[in-house]
Amino acid sequence: MNNSGPERIVIVGASLAGLRAAETLRRDGFTGSLTIVGDERHEPYDRPALSKVALSDWVPPEHTALPRLADLGEVDWRLGMPATALDRRAREVVLADGARLPYDRVLIATGVRNRPWPHTEQAALEGVRGIRTREDSRLIRDLLDAGPERVLVIGAGFTGSEVASLCRQRGLAVTVVERAENPLVGSLGGVVGEVAAGLQRAAGVDLRCDVTVEALEGSGGRFRAASLSDGTTVKADLAVIALGALRNTEWLASSGLVAGPLGLSCDPGGRAYAINGMAVDDVFAAGDVARFPHALYEYEFLALEHWENAVVGAQVAAHNMICHSADREAHVSIPSFWSVQFGTNIKSVGVPTLGSQILVTQGSAQDGRFAAAYLDGDRVVAAVTFNHGRYLEYYRHLIEQALPPPVPVGVAEGNVPEDARFPDPSAPYELPTVIVSGRSPTSMRAQRVGAGKEHR
Amino acid sequence: MSSDLMHQVGEQANRHNPWPLYAQLRRHRVIPLDERSYAVGRYDDVLALLHDPRLSSDPHTLTDPGDRIITDVMPFIDRDPPSHDRLRREVTRFFGPPDSPGLVSGQEAEIRRQIDTLIGAFPDSGEVDLVDDLAYPLPVAVICRLLGVPPADEPQFRGWAGAVAGGLDAANLQDSQDVIKRRDEGLLALFTYLGELIKKHRASPDDSMLSGLANDDSADAMTDLDLQVHGVMLLIAGHETTVNLIANGALTLLRNPDVLARLKREPAWVIPMVEELLRFEPPVQYLPNRAALQDITIDGTTISKGSRLTLLIAAANRDPGRFADPDRFDPDRPDNQHLGFGSGIHYCFGAPLARLEVHLALATLATRLDNPRLIQDPPPYRPSPVLRGPLHLQVAYDACRIG
Repeated sequence: MNNSGPERIVIVGASLAGLRAAETLRRDGFTGSLTIVGDERHEPYDRPALSKVALSDWVPPEHTALPRLADLGEVDWRLGMPATALDRRAREVVLADGARLPYDRVLIATGVRNRPWPHTEQAALEGVRGIRTREDSRLIRDLLDAGPERVLVIGAGFTGSEVASLCRQRGLAVTVVERAENPLVGSLGGVVGEVAAGLQRAAGVDLRCDVTVEALEGSGGRFRAASLSDGTTVKADLAVIALGALRNTEWLASSGLVAGPLGLSCDPGGRAYAINGMAVDDVFAAGDVARFPHALYEYEFLALEHWENAVVGAQVAAHNMICHSADREAHVSIPSFWSVQFGTNIKSVGVPTLGSQILVTQGSAQDGRFAAAYLDGDRVVAAVTFNHGRYLEYYRHLIEQALPPPVPVGVAEGNVPEDARFPDPSAPYELPTVIVSGRSPTSMRAQRVGAGKEHR
Repeated sequence: MSSDLMHQVGEQANRHNPWPLYAQLRRHRVIPLDERSYAVGRYDDVLALLHDPRLSSDPHTLTDPGDRIITDVMPFIDRDPPSHDRLRREVTRFFGPPDSPGLVSGQEAEIRRQIDTLIGAFPDSGEVDLVDDLAYPLPVAVICRLLGVPPADEPQFRGWAGAVAGGLDAANLQDSQDVIKRRDEGLLALFTYLGELIKKHRASPDDSMLSGLANDDSADAMTDLDLQVHGVMLLIAGHETTVNLIANGALTLLRNPDVLARLKREPAWVIPMVEELLRFEPPVQYLPNRAALQDITIDGTTISKGSRLTLLIAAANRDPGRFADPDRFDPDRPDNQHLGFGSGIHYCFGAPLARLEVHLALATLATRLDNPRLIQDPPPYRPSPVLRGPLHLQVAYDACRIG
């Protein structure tokens, strides 16, 4: 490293992205001071496991520490202490206890948190819990061990579906309530969602779709039942809230960066964008919170809550933090994710929601073993496999090369692309309102005003 | 011209050093061999094709199967989904997680005992043939025990297994008619032997894989014919591949004294060392028998439906486009995503067992022999260009330490 390189690096976020970034910094020869800030008191651990094996009798939630892939050398861990502000002028991260951590480069990897149950009093009932942390997983596991009469899962995305699967594996009665037509619709569309619904029902899940939970009811401070929008009531002892995630960007509100409900915007090299649309050289973003234009997807800004996205994004950002400007790299890798539920291994590569049509290319959905390609026109933009994960590399290759799908192999005749049935992105979100002021073009300035504007 | 290169790979005289031939084969992305037959040797292409659903392992899909064995009942290695998946899953139930967790790792004590017995029989000083005295008997003992084959029967089928392995790419060999005849005789003899053995396992079950498969009364249970062909496949795979990995490993260590010296000091380093070995000297050099289910176009060449495709694993593993300085044996190589065990749905079934055996064998060997050196370099090679490895590996040493 050259003499003018950074000497103090602060990583805000002590999870997968934060750890992989730290490893990359050390591996690339960064010998300066390294501080890692985390709002939880644990060193980085494996989150996907928390809704999977950690709820079975295999692996306790406490045994999920992430392996260290490189020697981190000396690290100043600031755990159990959230960051509350970024002072870009002073180049300091401000912590909740008032401490100020000076930096030459900072990596924002604050990830996401669970979307809470909207009614605070109902959310406070004993037996109502989301799953994001080790403590959540431990608590839910203990409640499952206690043998509840019935478990209610609110939201049939991946996390909710995995929890429901573990409940059935334990022989527990479980009701899943999903506002969309089928499970997993938001990530994989209605066609695949229908297959997922079949898996749930075959496993004995009481699956209620096109329905929402209107209220959680309790007595003596304990959750007892939920009333649904179709007028029915579900009695249960445990309600697992799985309504997706919110990005942890509030602490950046005064930072002058493009940070909001969609994430912290950055370039593909991880450099954060200031409110005027310029990339800054000393603030980087990675992981679930980072939102960057992906070259392969027409430079659409994407924020992805996937393992590989966190790993690669962190490695790219860490590398770019300390390398010569001519050696900077871009994050252009293809995202992928996996899930295990109801005895089925679901794997996906690419960004399914960017496809409009779907084509089953291998196997059959009826047998629960198939591969399907998501298409934008003639081009494969993503693929999903059910118990066919070994073929994923092939689809990755098609996506990378912008190729059309193969002629289906071993699939019934007459199989043609059909509407993938993704819901309209109708959930409201807020973007900062920016005004521009100044007289001449070169003296004009962008400025953030007000609380934000609701978009649909 | 290109087809001639592949014939040269088949020639015994080139067995000890096929690497320059593979380098020439890599010069083009697609190498036409005979009519309706092609080879591919660049890493990216081999990797992509290993995962390509348009490629079949089922010889029935070849327009011209040539000398390939075709029967109604094939083991999963020669099948496509969905029957491949069903059969592989059934065998996996008796071999690994989730149904049989800890089965492979549970073999460690027994493998160590076998290694100690075999090395214990080495002379205190002098010479030993590392193939006959270690690399061959170790995996045979392990697979026999795991499958449920009486070790006393081993000499009987040793020749059969060798004949089948030797006939994997028979058409490419000079004495192909003889090789094919011996291969087919060996296969039939093994098939018959397995039939009898399965009956014995039904009569008196034990904890072996064959007993488990033969007495499975679930809906997934195999037919007797399926059971026989899979027994034959596992026996051959357990016999004819790990031996080469151990022997090539010993050979490579003896050719790289600095690596051997470090392994002596750091036995745990054997783990990346064996991965590099799988890249550098893959025990399965190429997969000669994939078939195109549809027309596949690579780099402007269309491989028409029904054509045969040979995937050159050994060439891909030394592709300078993927591995820096590929002809250097470097166990510290970063990002060593070799294709030594293949990739995709036919990824080596026995990989965890092979890794365990080879880790233990090579780490033990490194610590036990003082000043080992090759008597003959290159050593004589076994006949198969596909399952390539030394026939003998004579090594001299000053002392054999007690374990």
